[in-house]
Amino acid sequence: MSEQTLTIESPILNRNERLAQQLRERFRASGTYVVNVLSSPGSGKTSTILATNERLRDRYRAAVIEGDIASDVDAQTMKEAGLPAVQINTGGLCHLEGNVISQAVDALDAGVGLEHIDIIFIENVGNLVCPVDFDLGENLAVMILSVPEGDDKPVKYPGIFQHAGAQLLNKVDVAPAFDFDLDAYHSVLDELNPRAPRFAVSARTGEGMDAWCAWLAEQIEAARA
Amino acid sequence: MHEMSVVSGILESVIPVAREAGASRVCTVHLRIGDMREVVPEAMELAWEVLSEEDPLTLGCTFTVEEVRPRSRCLACGAMFPHDRFHCRCPECGSAETELMAGRELDIISIEIETPDDNDKMGTGQNPSVSAL
Ligand SMILES: Nc1nc2c(ncn2[C@@H]2O[C@H](COP(=O)(O)OP(=O)(O)OP(=O)(O)O)[C@@H](O)[C@H]2O)c(=O)[nH]1
Ligand SMILES: [Mg+2]
Ligand SMILES: [Zn+2]
Ligand SMILES: [Zn+2]
Repeated sequence: MSEQTLTIESPILNRNERLAQQLRERFRASGTYVVNVLSSPGSGKTSTILATNERLRDRYRAAVIEGDIASDVDAQTMKEAGLPAVQINTGGLCHLEGNVISQAVDALDAGVGLEHIDIIFIENVGNLVCPVDFDLGENLAVMILSVPEGDDKPVKYPGIFQHAGAQLLNKVDVAPAFDFDLDAYHSVLDELNPRAPRFAVSARTGEGMDAWCAWLAEQIEAARA
Repeated sequence: MHEMSVVSGILESVIPVAREAGASRVCTVHLRIGDMREVVPEAMELAWEVLSEEDPLTLGCTFTVEEVRPRSRCLACGAMFPHDRFHCRCPECGSAETELMAGRELDIISIEIETPDDNDKMGTGQNPSVSAL
């Protein structure tokens, strides 16, 4: 027997990174802007996607990829709202990876055709940890925190708040019932992720949604230019 | 939380390289993981134990982790500075326009393998009838 050291020097998530790159090229070719929507379970991903689509539907045709551990409840909701939707059931896996996104994109392509889709919203599995490490070829990762969850989440889960390109604070309509400390929230994010814009919104009442949608439309236009 | 995906990614890369090199066993895998990643080395151990047993080549194989502290470059003043997970602003000029240069590594550095010596190989060398197929 002899022992030997072999240098490898390659990314552990090599396969996912290759897939993400392929997806990115595919989205660029079809002119599709992709938003990866991240949050805890129940923070308002589905509600926010619907409220966003309502404001942008005259300008952009949207589709949705729903990631859930089980069920197709959210995809049904999207279809009822007139959005093409593909459901992915991860079967226990707590995040989405490039391989299932590729399959979902194939399904959208075979259905409405990717070139007819201006925005894809990917509703990731409700989880504040894993999705950060898996690139899905998206243009933007948006983090949704909701008021009832508390202002300490960025301190407890810095990775996802650091990773996000935009921060939504949802359910501001119920703020009076909670002791969410806005100053604490902002001061943590000022250090953790000072570049990402922040929007205080309510998917229920529509408060703040126009500002968020105007910013998103600017990003979509900038990506096309 | 996604240690299963991470560990299977590692083994998926390592096994073909080791096999190609004629290894009879992979003893150790050396990894580099940045602090800005959500991978917890301690939590990888269980996934490692389960998945490394699936191939005789990695049976009993261990891993080491070199942790990398975050470091950023200020796009405004050019300063390079180390920081923790919470503070990405430039300590020199206060700018928010900074770029992470280190801390998101998730890499396999190298592997240590055992290969049979020539005299205990017994005909595993050239086999023209196989390569002709
Ligand atoms: N008051 C209030 N409730 C909201 C708001 N947005 C969402 N909700 C409610 O919060 C609950 C969860 O909203 P969803 O949009 O389903 O949240 P989600 O993140 O998609 O949930 P999962 O997909 O299960 O992780 C629902 O009962 C919504 O009606 C809001 O702005 N204000
Ligand atoms: Mg939902
Ligand atoms: Zn996961
Ligand atoms: Zn600076």
